[in-house]
Amino acid sequence: MKTRTRNFLGQLLTLYIPLVPFILFSLFPFYFMVITSFKADGELYNLKANPFIIQLSPTHPDYSGGPTLEHYQLLLRDTPFLTWLFNSVLVSVLATAISIVIAILAAYSLARLRFRGAPSFGTAVFITYLVPTTLLFLPLAQVVNRLGLADSVWALIVTYPTFLVPFCTWLLLGYFRTIPQEIEECAMVDGCTRFQALIRIVLPVAIPGIACAVLFAFTISWNEFIYALTFISSTAQKTTTVGVTAELIRGDIFYWGSLMAGAVLGSIPIVLVYVVFMDYYVSGLTQGAIK
Amino acid sequence: MPTGALEQKPRSFETTTAVRAPVQDPFRKKMSLFFQREHVLGYTLIAPAFVLLGVLVAWPFCMALYFSVTDSWVGQPGAYIGLRNYWNLLHDAIFIQTLQNSFVFTFSAVLLKTVLGMALALLLFRTVRFKKWVRGAVLLPWVIPTALSTLGWWWMFDSLYSVFNWTLIHLGLVQVGPNWLGTPYLAKIAVITVNVWRGLPFFAITMLAGLVSIPRELYEAAKTDGAGAWARFWYITVPMLKPVLAIIILFSTIFTFSDFNIVYVLTRGGPINSTHLFATLANQIGLQSGKIGEGAAVSLFMFPILVLVVYFQLRFVRKE
Repeated sequence: MKTRTRNFLGQLLTLYIPLVPFILFSLFPFYFMVITSFKADGELYNLKANPFIIQLSPTHPDYSGGPTLEHYQLLLRDTPFLTWLFNSVLVSVLATAISIVIAILAAYSLARLRFRGAPSFGTAVFITYLVPTTLLFLPLAQVVNRLGLADSVWALIVTYPTFLVPFCTWLLLGYFRTIPQEIEECAMVDGCTRFQALIRIVLPVAIPGIACAVLFAFTISWNEFIYALTFISSTAQKTTTVGVTAELIRGDIFYWGSLMAGAVLGSIPIVLVYVVFMDYYVSGLTQGAIK
Repeated sequence: MPTGALEQKPRSFETTTAVRAPVQDPFRKKMSLFFQREHVLGYTLIAPAFVLLGVLVAWPFCMALYFSVTDSWVGQPGAYIGLRNYWNLLHDAIFIQTLQNSFVFTFSAVLLKTVLGMALALLLFRTVRFKKWVRGAVLLPWVIPTALSTLGWWWMFDSLYSVFNWTLIHLGLVQVGPNWLGTPYLAKIAVITVNVWRGLPFFAITMLAGLVSIPRELYEAAKTDGAGAWARFWYITVPMLKPVLAIIILFSTIFTFSDFNIVYVLTRGGPINSTHLFATLANQIGLQSGKIGEGAAVSLFMFPILVLVVYFQLRFVRKE
């Protein structure tokens, strides 16, 4: 009993207490965003009021009505927030779907087939994986113009695969290599073509790897900012990240409450995905090393 | 190695399968045979990726090179002016400032992320109770859209209502809180803080994976030989983590150096250009002022620097 107590104390001192500042650092900004988004303006812009909490006691001098939904109402009523949300979903889903299909084909080809130029293409994919989006956004904006996609969500659906495909190909390439060749070869001996073997045998086995690639691709698309900011100017075509950051500041007026409400609502979909599939995120991070 | 296994694969598979495949129509049979040849199928499967990367990566890259040697404005092509854009930039105080900012920003942020990430990974490694919750909480900043979470930080650094200033004042440490985003060196600290906050999960979780893969026997052997905790860390953990560390640092250096979101949302490069990075400056010159030639040159300045980083890091990884 004594050793157990001492063990527990030791753990508390060397492990759980040192963890506290890290977890606070990690979570405090979210807590603060949420609390701000529910705080009435009277209290929000009161320099004396405690910013960490919403005053609930009506007798307190800083009390101004407790938690409120007014910032969320302003966001949903006065801005096309739901349109942005819809655009984000559309862009992320389509860009992810396109990229995954292209990446599966390319990764399979690089992992299993021998043909001239395959190794150099593999290297090229790795290099484009390392090219940051901020290096090419200026000329890419011109290319998008020339393709007639300027100022529409399609500009994003077409350009997001440029960073998703190298990333997913790289992730899947590693995954395909861990699948034993024999199972495909058996299928081919039994009369499958190679392509059929890919669809019927390899893909079902590779589902965990593909799920991981899908999750990361969706997350990266949802969070993308610079292309969405520079390729699109009409309010109705914007995605959530850009809409919230750009449209809730009018001149010198900052709608802080609604800004925070937008940030919270814009993060919720990805947080939900994250909570459900957390193990995939962790395993993907440890396998692939991601942007 | 899978490549070795590939080499030994019998060459006769395609023909065997083709004979057995239920194809009646002679034309379809011919096509099917054609597509089953390994190199044909290889090129076919890779073609979509090849076209995409050619049209939307290689071509824009060439366009960037072209723009950077012209005096183009957005929407109107300009004349060839040689390397004058680059030359002018090297004599431009704002660009030099940006160059300096980028190095300070990248170096401090990556260093802090490495040190704090290592500490956090070691703690996570020993966490047994609430393991899933702790990891989930730690990884969250990395999952949320950076542009949106940076809005939260912006509000926390607000000149008037900053929560940090409220705390400092109420702890009696200062009379008037500092203007975080209005003072050059404080703005730099703010930008670095947000970057570290956002990147720390990536470091911690990947290093944790590295830690898990170190064989326990090494530590036990060292313990029996009388090595203390610090010696075990320095002579076992660090060398064993080196390859993982090199890869993480490579990625982080590239994406910290080319960062855009945090600076754009938090400071727009200000005050007095003290937080501009290549990407934000390129955006300001190339799109907001419309001088796309000069903007492209700013972006492309990143390229040789990144190539050098990749070259040295990969050489280091290979040696390990």
